[in-house]
Parts: sequence; C-alpha cells; structure tokens
Amino acid sequence: MPKLITQVGCPYCGSSCDDIEVLVSDDGKKVLEVHNACTIGNNLFHHANDSTRPMLPRKRQPDGSMKEISYDEAVDYTAKTLLAAKKPLIFGFGSTNCEGMSAVGRVAEKAGAVLDNCASICHGPSFLAIFDNGYPSCTLGEVKNRADCVVFWGCNPMHAHPRHTSRYSIFPRGFFTQKGQMQRTIISVDPRVSDTAKLADIHYMLNQGHDYELFDAFRTVLRGHDIPDEVAGIKKEQILQGAEAMKKARFVMIFFGMGCTHTDGRNHNVDIAISLTRDLNTHTKASIMAMRGHYNIAGPGQVWSWQFGFPYCIDLSKGSHAHMNPGETSSVDLAMRDEVDCFVNVGTDAGAHWPIDAVKHVKKHPFITIDPNFCMASEISDLHIPVRIAGVDEGGVVYRMDNVPIQFKAVLKGLTGVPSDEELFDMIYERMCKLTLTEPIWLAALEHRKYPSVVS
Amino acid sequence: MAEILIKNGFVIDPTRKIDGDVADVAIKDGKIVDTVSSAAKVIDAKGKVVMAGGVDVHAHVAGPKVNVGRLFRPEDKLFKSPMAQKNGYRMESGFSVPSTFKTGYDYARMGYAFVMEAAMPPLFTAHVHEEIHDTPIIDEAALPVFGNNWFVMDYLKKGEIENTAAYIAWLIRVTKGFGIKVVNPGGTAAWSWGLNCLSLDDPVPYFEITPREIIIGLMKANEYLGLPHSMHIHQNNLGNPGNYAITLDSLKLAEGIKPKNKFGREQVMHSTHLQFHSYGGDSWANFESKAKEVMDYVNQNKGITVDLGCVTLDETTTMTADGPFEHHLNHLNHLKWCNVDVELETAAGVVPYVYDKNIKVCGIQWAVGLELGLYATDPNRTFVSTDHPNAGPFIRYPRIIKWLMSKKAREATLDTFKYKDKVIDATNIHSMDRELTLYEIAQMTRSGPAKCLGLSNIYGGLAPGMNADVGVFDLNYKNMPSDPEMIEKAFLRAACFIKSGEIVVRDGEVLGHGHKNTIWVNVKMPENPQVMRDITQSFTKDYTVGLSNYPVRDYLAPHPFVIDVDVEA
Amino acid sequence: MPKIRLNMITQRSIEEGAAMEKGKTNPDYFTACSICEMNPEDMKKAGIWKSTNVRVTSECGSVIVKAIEPTQFVPPGLAHIRQGVWANQVVPPRTQSTGVPQYSGFPVTIEPAPNERLKTALELVQGAVGLWKGGN
Repeated sequence: MPKLITQVGCPYCGSSCDDIEVLVSDDGKKVLEVHNACTIGNNLFHHANDSTRPMLPRKRQPDGSMKEISYDEAVDYTAKTLLAAKKPLIFGFGSTNCEGMSAVGRVAEKAGAVLDNCASICHGPSFLAIFDNGYPSCTLGEVKNRADCVVFWGCNPMHAHPRHTSRYSIFPRGFFTQKGQMQRTIISVDPRVSDTAKLADIHYMLNQGHDYELFDAFRTVLRGHDIPDEVAGIKKEQILQGAEAMKKARFVMIFFGMGCTHTDGRNHNVDIAISLTRDLNTHTKASIMAMRGHYNIAGPGQVWSWQFGFPYCIDLSKGSHAHMNPGETSSVDLAMRDEVDCFVNVGTDAGAHWPIDAVKHVKKHPFITIDPNFCMASEISDLHIPVRIAGVDEGGVVYRMDNVPIQFKAVLKGLTGVPSDEELFDMIYERMCKLTLTEPIWLAALEHRKYPSVVS
Repeated sequence: MAEILIKNGFVIDPTRKIDGDVADVAIKDGKIVDTVSSAAKVIDAKGKVVMAGGVDVHAHVAGPKVNVGRLFRPEDKLFKSPMAQKNGYRMESGFSVPSTFKTGYDYARMGYAFVMEAAMPPLFTAHVHEEIHDTPIIDEAALPVFGNNWFVMDYLKKGEIENTAAYIAWLIRVTKGFGIKVVNPGGTAAWSWGLNCLSLDDPVPYFEITPREIIIGLMKANEYLGLPHSMHIHQNNLGNPGNYAITLDSLKLAEGIKPKNKFGREQVMHSTHLQFHSYGGDSWANFESKAKEVMDYVNQNKGITVDLGCVTLDETTTMTADGPFEHHLNHLNHLKWCNVDVELETAAGVVPYVYDKNIKVCGIQWAVGLELGLYATDPNRTFVSTDHPNAGPFIRYPRIIKWLMSKKAREATLDTFKYKDKVIDATNIHSMDRELTLYEIAQMTRSGPAKCLGLSNIYGGLAPGMNADVGVFDLNYKNMPSDPEMIEKAFLRAACFIKSGEIVVRDGEVLGHGHKNTIWVNVKMPENPQVMRDITQSFTKDYTVGLSNYPVRDYLAPHPFVIDVDVEA
Repeated sequence: MPKIRLNMITQRSIEEGAAMEKGKTNPDYFTACSICEMNPEDMKKAGIWKSTNVRVTSECGSVIVKAIEPTQFVPPGLAHIRQGVWANQVVPPRTQSTGVPQYSGFPVTIEPAPNERLKTALELVQGAVGLWKGGN
C-alpha cells in the first residue's frame, strides 16, 4: 500500500511550505504523487526518484574522467585536502539542514577555513543593513492575520516563491483579514511588469537601480516634506498615493528581494528600507522581511551566529577568534583575489550561480563538491561526494524566511550507504583529528551525539 | 564514572545550614555520596570555599532573540574573550551575547551548573533546543511564554482556568518547556497593533482582557497543575520612572493564591529583574530608587520570590519579549532596533544599550539593583541576576557578588560616577553598610533559586543524593581578602568545577564538555477534547506551521532529564 | 552589424526554478535559461529578429543566447537573462565590497548572431575551466 505522508516540508524556496502531501510507494523508495506543492516543489520531489542519482563519491582522474571511490577514501581525501590548505573556503548550504550546518562548524574550525553561505551572493547586503540599522520584522502568520498593506520591493514571489502570495501575503484570509485580497492594498516596486506587479493595486515601474531615491522619497513625504515632481522615474502624485496608503493601513508589510541587493546601492537600499519601516512605526504598525531564497538559507545565519557570532563570511583561519568583514572575507571577493587555496561547495552550485570569472579562480585549487545531485559544480570538481537530500530522504530543522524553525520530515528511505551532511562532516572531522593526532571535541558526551558516525 | 573526594574545603551549604565548616565532599557516579573508596581522585580544597554548582533562575542564553543579538551586533565581538582557550576547545566569541560555546564555558568557569532560559517563544522552540544542544557543560531548561498567548487570553476571558491549564500542560509538553513565563501581560499582544498596556487595567485590543486578569489566571492555572516552578513574571511598564506603583500592585495579586506542588516550592509568583520595576519619580529628571518600598513588601510576603536584574555598567544588548518596551527604548537611544512579532503567541525586541557611568540614570539603576539585594531579609527568596544580557552580561555575577559583599567596592564604583552626588541623592546605597556573607551569597545563587524552581532535590546543595555539581573557589573563609577585587576574581574563575561528577574546569580552564542535560516538565493530565479541538482549528486557520511539525522532536533534546507532574482530574 | 547598449538584469523565474529541480543538464533548463528578454523596440533598433541568437557582451565576457520578446514586460533600455549558467557568463564579479556580484544593473552590448550556436550549460562551465571534452 502506498503511504500518504502529510504536512511535509518543501525544500525549495524560502516560503518553506510545510503543508505538502507526498504519496510514497510501499517500500518507501519512490515518490508517486505530490499534492499542494508548486510546480518547482513538485519537480523537486519527483527528481528524487531519478535512478541515476549518484550513490558513491566520484574522484577526478588524471585523464579528466570521474571514477567512483569509497566514502572512506573520499573522507580521507577531503580531510587531508582541508588540512593541507592554508585557507580553505567552505561555501554553500542552500540545501542543507541545520544539523549539517552545526556539524560543519567543527570541521571549519579544525581546518582554519572561511565558512560562508549563499547569503554571500544573495541577501548578504541585507545583513550589512541589519548590522547598521536593525530589523523590525515579524513571522509570516502576522502578515497573514493582520497585514492590510503589503509592499513587494524588488522581489517577484510569483516566480521565486510561488506559494508565498497564497499562503502568507496576498490572498489568504487571516484572523483580522477575513476578506483576504479584498482587504489588502498591494504595492509592487519593480522595473519590469513582473507577474507579481500584475497583481498589485499600485505598481511603481521605477528606473532600474534607482531604488534608494524612491525609498527616500517615501520617507520624505511621510515626514511631511515636499518632493520633486518625479523621482526615479515615478510621478510625485503616484508616490503621494502610495505613502498615504501605507500611512492609513493598520499593518504595513514590506517584502524586499534581489532587486535591492543585487544592484547598485546593495546594503544602502536595504538600509533605507529599514529606515522607512522605522518611520512608518510612528504612524502605524509596520514590519519588513527579506525574501530569503532557499528553504533553509536563513539556517546558516542562525546556526553560525550562535556558534561564531556572525551569520556569514566567517574567517576562522586566525585560529583564536572568528573574523567577519564582507568585501574582505566574502567568497566571491576571496576568490577574485586568489586568497583561498581549496574550495568546498556544499549543497549549492557555485558552478552555475557564481560569475564564471570567480569560478575560474577557485578552480585553480582543489575543488570538492558535497551535494546529492549532479550539478555544474560537481562536474568541474576534483571530488564529488553525494549525500542524502535534506527534506526528501533526510529530516531536520530548517529556518523559514522569517527565521521560524520548521522540523522537516524525511519522506523516502535514504539511498543505501549515502550519509547525511551531518554524518559526512562528522566523519571528516574524526578523520582530521586522527590525522593530526588530536582528540575530537564533541559537544556532549559521546553517547549523546545525535547520530552514529558509522553509516549503515 | 570515577570517584572524587574534595578534601578539607570550607563547605558552605545553606540547604543543610553548613556555614564554612571544614569538611570533605564525596562524589560517585555523578552524585554526592557519604563516602568514597580510597581509589577516589582527591582534590585538595584546603583554604578554599566549596559550594554547590550555581543556579541561574533567569538569563537569556538560547533562542531566537538571543541569536538576533548575536547576529546584528558584530561590534559586540570586538571585546575579545579574555578567557578564550587555545587547547583545541571550541572558539569563543561575543561579550554581551556570547556564542553558545562561550556561554557554556563561562558559566562553567564561574561554577554554575544550571541556567534557565527565561523566555522561549513556543513557535521557535526547535531553535531554543538547537542552541541548548550546542551549549556545552551546563544543564538548561526553558520557560515558554504565555502572557500574550491567544488561547490563554481567550480561555481566561471566559474564566476557564481548567482549559487554560490543559492548554498550558499541552504546550509545555510539546515544547519540552519548564513552566509559565509571563512578559508584559497583555502589553505584548497589544504591540501587534503598535500599542501597549501600561496599567493593570488597560484592556488588550480585541481580547478585552486586562493584565490583572491574565496574571491572576496564570497563577491559578500554575497551581492547578502543581508545576515545579511558580508563574515567572516580567511585569508591565518596565523601565519607566514611577513604575514601582504598578509593581507593588502586581505583587499584591499573589496574596490570594496558595502554592500547591510536590516540589517543596513555597512561592506562587517569581517576579524577575525587579531592578527594572523599582523606580520612583515621574520623569528622568526626578528619577529615583524605590528599592526600599518594593523590598519591604517582598520581605513580608513568602508567596513571592525575586531576582535582582542588577545593572553592571557595561555596553550590552537588551532583549525581551516586551516588544513595546524595546520600541520605546529605541526612541530613547536611537540605536538599531530589531523586532519580531510572533503569530498568536508573543513578540520580541532587541536594542543595544550602553549603561554609562557618566549618565545619572544609569548610576541610579546600578544602585537600585544592589539596594534590592541589600534590603533583602530572606536571601533564600532574592536571587542574583542581571537579566542577562539586559542589565549586563552574566559574567558580571562575580562583580555583583563583590558589590553585595563589600561597601568598599560599592563606594569605589560610586566614586567613578560623573554625577555621584545626584546618584546619592536619588538612592540609599551610600548610606547602606550591609555586607552580605558568603552564606547569604550561596543562598542567593544556589539554594534559593533551586528551591524556587522546585529543583531543590537536585541542585543548590551538597547533601548526599544530589547532583555532583561542586565548585571550589579560591577564597579563604577564615581570612577573607581585604581587596574586594579578589572576591570577583575567585568567583569568575573557579579553582575547580565538577559538573555531574566530572571535573570540567581547573584553574578557570575548561577541561571537558561534561554531561549536560536538558530539563523539561512532562505534565500528565487527561486529554481535554475541547482544548485539543481549539488547537487543531487554530493551526488549520491561524498558524502558518502544521500542527504535526510543531512539537519539538526528541532528538533535539538528546540528553533529557524529565520531571513528571501528575495532575488529578 | 548594428549593436545596442542595454542595462542588463539577471533574476529568477519559475521556469528556471522548475527546470533546475529536474537537473541542470535537463533540456528544460537549457530552454528556460539560454534566452535574453528584450523590448521589441530595442530588438528593432539592433536588427534582431525575435527568437534568433544574439551575442551579449559585458565588461567581463560574452555569451550567445536567444533573444525573445519579454515574458514579463521589459521597458526599452532594459534586458533580462534569467538567473543561471548563461547569465553568469557575463555577470561582473565586482561586489562594491559587499560580497555580492553585480547580478543586476550592468551595461551590456547586444548584437545579432543568428549563425552562432547556443552552448549547453555543461559546455559553458566545463569549457571555462578547461574540462570540456565535447566538440565545439
């Protein structure tokens, strides 16, 4: 009998929907049907059925081909490579559970590595703005239950977070928002008429890259001053209309995305967005939230903050203390300056998502990919180590875009012999300790560790 | 596990009324025992003080708002850890909001065995337990917040104590929590609309219930369930001039309630960080101490325990579920401001703060905290705390002990104030000669908080059968140092600390990660169908997380110590 | 040959996300990401026929993609390549000292290249690091 598993978490976007239903085969090895998920989530679960999924590490041979090797050999190679490197870079964690992110901390400390995650090329500027200005935010349930004015600034959830608008932000009927979309004023700020902009009551089609000026105009108006007839390509009357809508609302919610962080201004765009939110709180209730891209990309920011005090760009190479200085210790900058001599790509695809120039730089040195699937990074790696897929054949804690921890379940039995990220990092750590003749330092007594170190 | 014998120390154990007797403490298999064999490892404590492991009744050490404090304050890492080790232990970072590793290490270095995480937003339970898991050595528990919870307000509005209790029992169980925390009752719920409740009778928007009704209702529910700890409250109108009046009004609500539990607890209300609630005046200009008025009341009422919340005059990070207060504070100091409103449950705010000795109000706040401790007639009901990190980081406990034990140290600090005379005018500290004894300090940091938490059979004393958490401090009981700095130094870095029967600290250096436990309360009562139906319906309609993903999973608290509470139907 | 200078942005799309989860060597991913969306006016100015190949050149490289009319309206002056392997052949790695490359808002030149061949993702990435074993 196939089994229907309910309230499954979806390991794709930052909405981290946990209402997915997955029908799995009797033997627990195949996904048969996926309900409630968006098209992306649907594909993701079905892709786990792919019979060509790698089950053993593969090491590049002198002739350029890849050859399967055992996990023992792969762990040994990784441990030795990390120890030999002066400043290895461990990057990624877009598709990893928090257990893995916690375990990698030990490895990174031991290796004197730089530990960085995808925020470095995504919402990193948002962190910079938060360091400077704070972050008045809320959970997504507050948006659903209260928000009557929702602003999407430089983000396009209809494409990047397909169920965001139906679960949280535009359509749902919440406790104090019984009329759903009818009760909400939707504002979109985007240089394109995106599919989210088409849903908006007001769309500001601003000149691309002029976000700061438009934020500034809203602040100026809200503080009772005059603005020029046109700002960032937007007419004054239209700006006044939006400012009035925000001021009159009971609860204003501002979502912002890559349109702010990927373009000129970077953190300054987010900084002034936060200032606008602070200003709005003198008139009404207002909150702001970064549209985090992956289902657990908020996770490394949390885990590493409690372990090292910083969310990303963490340089542990000094040995005595962690050091963070984006621009200096950020992955792409380190790569472009040739400051790292080993690259470990974990649960992401730097091969596809970094500018190709940066990829060429890190490829000068040993390049290891830890990821369940084949991807661009795995295909240029010296070593590819497959792991279980968090959220599909491995459970664990993930942090949604509002930093709410959600406990994901596994829906499939893992591939035989393939470890989870956490198990793999623990094996690498133990191997590094053996090679350096040091005692491993586990968090609790050995018998209290979460998982056994031997893969069954 | 090995046997250990701590020989010839000056033992201070208020649970057995032992005050400085030279005696041995024997340890076997993680417990204190009467005797050990000759094979026991001997620790020479001659000329040193021996106490049970410290018990912290209230600190923010794990969870979402603590981590916001870490994440958004890289500058807090500029103050490098002076005690960080080089011997392969985990990296340490953060001053006012230390990393989980540093938290565990620094508490252990101070000889603390147990720390209560003071506010757990239920929706973020998994986060709290993940951090507790990553905090080495110390035992921890966490108090879920209830004072602004929709279910609680709804049931209490209808006068349904039994349903309130059934909901609380369920929530404590699924969050692996410890008891009932209340923060700015009603006020935080009002903050969801940008409002607050500043008096006991301000109604909460929509719910139309008052802080007074919430406080009384939760105390009744607590005793209905017979939990180990009492209701633990952060009162309304924190931090404002003149708030001692509402503080006294709130404390008086405990008068009609009787404790009912099997854990030896005698109070029905724990009023936390009392320093922030003991202010007179009606503006910052005539701001003054009302510590005497508040402590006079506390001293006479056995139904109340308090912790001090002493200001330590540091640059720190304030963080509380009192969302409207943080917004208000942000308008005073104009620094960065974080806020998280949590659906149906609570909120939180985080703002950095500098307690500057050149500012009059900060000096007065410093005095108020210490005055509360010095006016206490029952140190077993008055506990050392800083509301870490709100009034200062927990690594200042030894400094607070120094101030409480030495008038000389207090005067030395007063002398550094820019507005010394104005601080003296607005407080009583300058005229107070009391110097607490080591015995009283042991009550305020060990036996007292353990009893208040209903954990007196495990922590806070050295009687056979109790947990073998023992600190050895380099202080000569018979010949206390004339320099009060030596007191702080001794308590900051224990000569030796044994946690769960294992030596984890020697001369202030961490030697092992020990055996930590997560302590939680399992309230067993017959299932209440109405409450379960309400919960199910609310998760379907109002929450954004599935009900089956809400209870924290067992593996996240992998070394539990579970306290069962049976509630008669 | 006529050319046009445009402001380039590279952002997410649901087609890209859905295809990526099938695998980056899947034909869907190729179809979803090897395209450049431009305003028809701009196409006309540069002599580009819709659904023909063009060469996009930035300060740090160039890539062949297929020019199409926007799936989500793009005003004149702006062009969009969906986030992915093709976009990242031309994304400048400069970060304004924040760690984040200039994924959006960088100048490009677009010119017709009807006879040029679209490369696969693997060919582009492996080719860039000297590992491509296929033909040209």
